[in-house]
Amino acid sequence: MKEAAQSALAPGGAEAATLLALFWPVVALLGAIWLAVLLVAALGLWRRPGQPRRPGWPVGVATAGTVLVIIGLTFASYLATRPLSAAAEAPLVVQIQGRQWWWQVAYPAEGDAPGFTTANELRLPLGRQVRLELAAGDVIHSFWVPNLAGKQDLIPGRDNALLLTPREAGIYRAQCAEFCGLQHARMALLVMVQPAEEFARWRAAQAAPAAEPALAAEGRRVFEARQCSACHTVRGSTAKGSTGPDLTHLASRGSIGAGLLPMTRGALAAWVADPQTLKPGNNMPLVPLSSDELQALTDFMALLQ
Amino acid sequence: MSAQPRDTGLDGAALDAALASVWSARPGLLGWFTTVDHKAIGRRYIATAFLFLALGGVLALLMRWQLAQPEGRLLGPDRFNQIFTMHGATMMFLFAVPVMEAVGVYLVPLMVGTRNIAFPRLNAFSYWVYLFGGALLWIAFLLDMGPDVGWFAYVPLSGPQYAPGKRADIWAQMITFTEIAALAVAVEIVVTVFKQRAPGMSLDRMPLFVWAMLVTSFVVILAMPAVVLASTALILDRLVGTQFFNPAAGGDVLLWQHLFWFFGHPEVYIIFIPAVGMVSTILSTFCRRPIFGYTAMVLALVSIGLLAFGLWVHHMFTTGLPRLGESFFTASSMAIAVPSGLQIFCWLATLWGARPRMAVPMLYVLAFLFTFVLGGMTGVMVASVPLDTQLHDSYFVVAHFHYVLIGGAVFPLLGAIHYWFPKLSGRMMSERLGRWAWGLVFGGFNLVFFPMHILGLWGMPRRVYTYQPELPWAGLNLFSSLSAALLALGFLLFFWNAWRSARKGEMAGPDPWGAPTLEWATASPPPPWNFSRIPVVESVSPLWDAPGELKVATGLRLDRRELVLTSVMAAEPEARDSSPQDSIWPFLAAIVTSVMLIWSIFSPWAVVWGSIPVVAALILWFWPRGTPEDES
Repeated sequence: MKEAAQSALAPGGAEAATLLALFWPVVALLGAIWLAVLLVAALGLWRRPGQPRRPGWPVGVATAGTVLVIIGLTFASYLATRPLSAAAEAPLVVQIQGRQWWWQVAYPAEGDAPGFTTANELRLPLGRQVRLELAAGDVIHSFWVPNLAGKQDLIPGRDNALLLTPREAGIYRAQCAEFCGLQHARMALLVMVQPAEEFARWRAAQAAPAAEPALAAEGRRVFEARQCSACHTVRGSTAKGSTGPDLTHLASRGSIGAGLLPMTRGALAAWVADPQTLKPGNNMPLVPLSSDELQALTDFMALLQ
Repeated sequence: MSAQPRDTGLDGAALDAALASVWSARPGLLGWFTTVDHKAIGRRYIATAFLFLALGGVLALLMRWQLAQPEGRLLGPDRFNQIFTMHGATMMFLFAVPVMEAVGVYLVPLMVGTRNIAFPRLNAFSYWVYLFGGALLWIAFLLDMGPDVGWFAYVPLSGPQYAPGKRADIWAQMITFTEIAALAVAVEIVVTVFKQRAPGMSLDRMPLFVWAMLVTSFVVILAMPAVVLASTALILDRLVGTQFFNPAAGGDVLLWQHLFWFFGHPEVYIIFIPAVGMVSTILSTFCRRPIFGYTAMVLALVSIGLLAFGLWVHHMFTTGLPRLGESFFTASSMAIAVPSGLQIFCWLATLWGARPRMAVPMLYVLAFLFTFVLGGMTGVMVASVPLDTQLHDSYFVVAHFHYVLIGGAVFPLLGAIHYWFPKLSGRMMSERLGRWAWGLVFGGFNLVFFPMHILGLWGMPRRVYTYQPELPWAGLNLFSSLSAALLALGFLLFFWNAWRSARKGEMAGPDPWGAPTLEWATASPPPPWNFSRIPVVESVSPLWDAPGELKVATGLRLDRRELVLTSVMAAEPEARDSSPQDSIWPFLAAIVTSVMLIWSIFSPWAVVWGSIPVVAALILWFWPRGTPEDES
């Protein structure tokens, strides 16, 4: 498992590697030109005044050189974009919808595997090309996993797509890159790249309805009876709201609150008890709960594996 | 006709006394509100723009403070979003564009050897509208009604559904104010340059700064209508329920981005082109030789002005436009490196072996070269579609555009203030304080902004009010924030230097630098009539090529404000024309215009009822009063 920091310089996928392969040579070339300009300026300043020469031809040569560099870089850019839009035979399709301030992630049915919806976590099989279909639920967002690929905007009224091919298993962090309002800073998503068998197991588990452990019956009652169910879905219960994230397998995810806190029982309780302090302005209201209710609810959610 | 007094027989003190009686502003406060002298208005414009620079700088410091540590507690998300929006809007709309135009307002008439700018009352009106627009934005901010949708105000985030309240309207209407002000100045400068140049100053003898302002003014005139359209459509969506940008009703979200960047990218060149003119001017004076390749420089300026309109889409490379179209805009965006490079090569050729005098303005030119060329290189990188998909909307871009805007425009501007300060105030700025400020600004700037390139590559997106401790960004952010103190100290020193030197600085005399252009052919600061006699120009560097006395034109009337109109190409004298007298109506017209515009944030009927006093003010402004100006 690669626990890569969020970075465009540590590619874990084919597309990010293509981009990085273009990046470093361009940096080297442009850096050299910058240094050359400074060097000429320094020499020019240091030079003793003498017979004024005709500097016409060096200026002409430098300008012609600029034209050549520009043409070369334009061509190199064009070549680098081509593999980015080369679709494979049968990519895995995942539909991502950006919402203020979380990500809805839907896996359509594929062959025998049924479809399902989750949130704020994208799991991908290693080595298979993925086609992310990007849509916006409210305002413009931008999907960016720098370790895997460049960014692509999610725009109301438009259907965008992004291809990526993970080459290294690991957990990569993504974050919204287009200013989308109050909590733009707290709109992250974890991308987990796993071997194909592991991914298939996860997929099957996610498609199943929520488990029904007897231990959490009271918590389930609270969840269904209080405001929770108006916005959230837990498949297998009566909660069928759709304005908030699907929570059917909440506890199997790596984080809560769109990358806000690691998934622990304490964090879940803190989030439910006071979402507005942890992420001011987010669309989850503070629901007044007694401490028993909060305990029961947390038990229930922590068991939504 | 024979009764009209002419300047032919008079000389010296008698001539100046006669000119003073028609050109001087009224004394006292009334004179302050009624003057149409381009120098008084230009100074005011520059001072106001620097005030906004200071305010925008304070906001930048607050942001750096907030981001110095993960989970910073200084600002909450709501306040932070207002602050970054205010910072961008203030710097772009209230500082950078106005300050460049303001320097043009002050210098262009002096550099072309005329007595006032064309349409001087419109010029006064422009200043007041700009001031009121800036006040609107900042008062709203202080009342917690500051816009919080970014200086680019993308829909639908800025639309009626996601931006309730009046914050986005304040932004959109502030745009209207600055558009009016900028368009007015652009028209004045085009006409001044085309019709009021000193006899003999054919187009190929125009100072490069004047060329730069001419190109800039055309870019303003061509670019502003796009944002007028966009912000008006936004206000209509918000105020009267039109659906220009609502995809559910057939509108289009990306339409906003096209219109905004069709203005927004030229906007960058509106800021940069005048700065290029400043660099050429300073470099020529301190190298004591004309800029190498005058014609190439002019063609480079013009082609930058043209290319500026062909590359707006590089702000939209991640919106999912067709690949072929994106590649076209990669090519056009990179192409602008050619004229920019050509200019840099011409400057280097000018510098070569010239042993320039290393005064503060020249130091800023060197700082410009270092910083701007680096920013230009990262500009080539973000012009490339594949690279931009990683760099776009990350801190890399924040670093890039601060390198080109501060390095490419603010450094030349600070150099220009040092250079022309003697003309503005009659006194020199302190060289010693100036060097300290230069070192702090130049060093501080690079320490603040260079690490942001790396932060961007490490995945830090723009416009986030905080970040989590487990992300690797804390160290560089802290470094950047601490360095911001150095940069701020440099600016403080600069302001202190200007303040102190305006009072106690060494007296400058007409031409302290031994410069070649006409603004140095008159006193420092110039009298209200600029030139006692209109100079006649025979070369591109008149003060170097005609040592001693400049040739002058005579025969102008002394009983009205009179100046010479010349032909567009060759600047052959065509007519004597009058220049308007002082008037209170531009000020009053600006007030009623502002009332209408601000009122229209709250009610569409303001446009109907509010236009009545505007029309009345304009009628009174233009009403013939039997003054000598009214003679045809």
